[in-house]
Amino acid sequence: MSKRIVPIGPYHPLQEEPEFFKLIVEGETVVDIEINIGYNHRGHEFLSPSLTYDQIPFLVERICGICSNSHPLAFVLAVEDMAHIKVPERALYIRTIVHELERIHSHLLWIGLAGHFIGYNTIWMWAWRYREPVLDLFEMITGNRNHYAMNKVGGVRRNIYHDQISHIEKVLDLVESKVSMLTKAVLDDPVLHARLKGIGILSKEAAISYGVVGPTARASGVAIDVRKDDPHCAYDKVEWDIVVEEAGDIFAKAKVRLLECFESIKIIRQCLKNLPDTPIEIRIEELPAGEGIGRTEAPRGEVFHYIRGNGSHHPVRHKVRAPSYMNLPSNEVTVKGHSIADAALCLAAIDPCYCCTERVAVFEDGKLKYTWNDLLLFSWKKTEQIRARLRK
Amino acid sequence: MKDLRLLALKKSPWVFHVAAASCNNCDIEILDALTPRFDVERFGIVLVGSPRHADALLVTGVINRKSLPRVLKVYEETPKPCLVIAIGTCACDTHMFKNSYNVVGPFDKYLPVDVYIPGCPPKPEAIILGVVKALQKL
Ligand code: SF4
Repeated sequence: MSKRIVPIGPYHPLQEEPEFFKLIVEGETVVDIEINIGYNHRGHEFLSPSLTYDQIPFLVERICGICSNSHPLAFVLAVEDMAHIKVPERALYIRTIVHELERIHSHLLWIGLAGHFIGYNTIWMWAWRYREPVLDLFEMITGNRNHYAMNKVGGVRRNIYHDQISHIEKVLDLVESKVSMLTKAVLDDPVLHARLKGIGILSKEAAISYGVVGPTARASGVAIDVRKDDPHCAYDKVEWDIVVEEAGDIFAKAKVRLLECFESIKIIRQCLKNLPDTPIEIRIEELPAGEGIGRTEAPRGEVFHYIRGNGSHHPVRHKVRAPSYMNLPSNEVTVKGHSIADAALCLAAIDPCYCCTERVAVFEDGKLKYTWNDLLLFSWKKTEQIRARLRK
Repeated sequence: MKDLRLLALKKSPWVFHVAAASCNNCDIEILDALTPRFDVERFGIVLVGSPRHADALLVTGVINRKSLPRVLKVYEETPKPCLVIAIGTCACDTHMFKNSYNVVGPFDKYLPVDVYIPGCPPKPEAIILGVVKALQKL
């Protein structure tokens, strides 16, 4: 059978960062994939040295709208590493709380979108509905629904006040009950089992050799988590577990993300209970020359920042490595051999921050054959078929 | 004929979402407006999958060199008259990326923008208000 090319992209398919996939298909089966990124390049590393250390958290926050606490956190950790700054305890706890809230909202977002991709729009609407209380918490704690601007070198910008704590706990109870409802709905649904199990498998060996990070790695049985491996903030002062699944398929990835929400809630509860009574920041007059690294576990995996300073108010070099950059190439393994109906889901499994308009188009002899909508329809149809089969 | 088309546009605008180089937050807030809490579909506003079906373009992010040709192509493909609504400070005036080597400018340098919705990101309420204002303009 002749080979055809399915372009997905260019700049907003399923993933977080805009990228362009070329699926090479034989009939219905994907035999190869080419990945091309760079549509979202705004030159953060170039802009960073022209700003001061106090301004950069606002810049790196805007690398990604969903991990908008992880990047500034990794950056301030890098600067604090460079200057050997010891941050007050309360600031560490507040950082942990905001960081875990971000994980909950991000995982719910993913669950919703994954539901959308397989034609379960109900899951989408419900998951996003229960993301809203988390966003409201952000608005209360940080002043904005997204882009929290909480981290600064030497501490955090805003305090969590005593009378806010009981409200936060109440909202956490609500979110917990709704997430457990969603978890049950997803884990008990025979259609979802049939649809998601054994699809897009990333074996443990492949996960290690591609160097994937975050939930993508943990769903393949690789127990890595920067929060445990290199404890920062208050992660070594609270009780929590790494969620690991062995199967490596999309079902395992969904399960890891859902169960991680509960761990996050657990962490936040403990932090709120033990919030120490110290100032939330220390004043920093001078930053020495030197270099430092900061890493933290974003919802999608390890974020890494490197800073080199020369004693002035600006860094001379700032390097960023985001988790999706590591996870993307693994699509090569997960997508190959699957039908087009599964391709959307496989690409989405590492993290579909589906932002907007995916544009997928299949060209045959220069004419449009399938569009992204058709791919979605294929995926939905497959779910329908499985559902019908199971009903019998 | 043109009046008829404008009238049709007012009733239930179908929108297509163009993200140039954005940070995703504006895009997520647009999607958020579709979900139960805000539910813009009540007003007949539907997000469509192709610019050919769209009455209005919601544009987000700054335009960079790689996305410029695609953005222009999407605008070309949209049937006229169409509204262009710039969402977020990035789309309105390039935000903090002004000095970047890869950023070629805000949207209004290349497309006729009808409504600007500043904010980083604007809240879904603000986005809905912006779309309503755009419709009133017709
Ligand atoms: S305006 Fe803000 S939220 Fe919107 S794309 Fe730009 S940086 Fe992101």
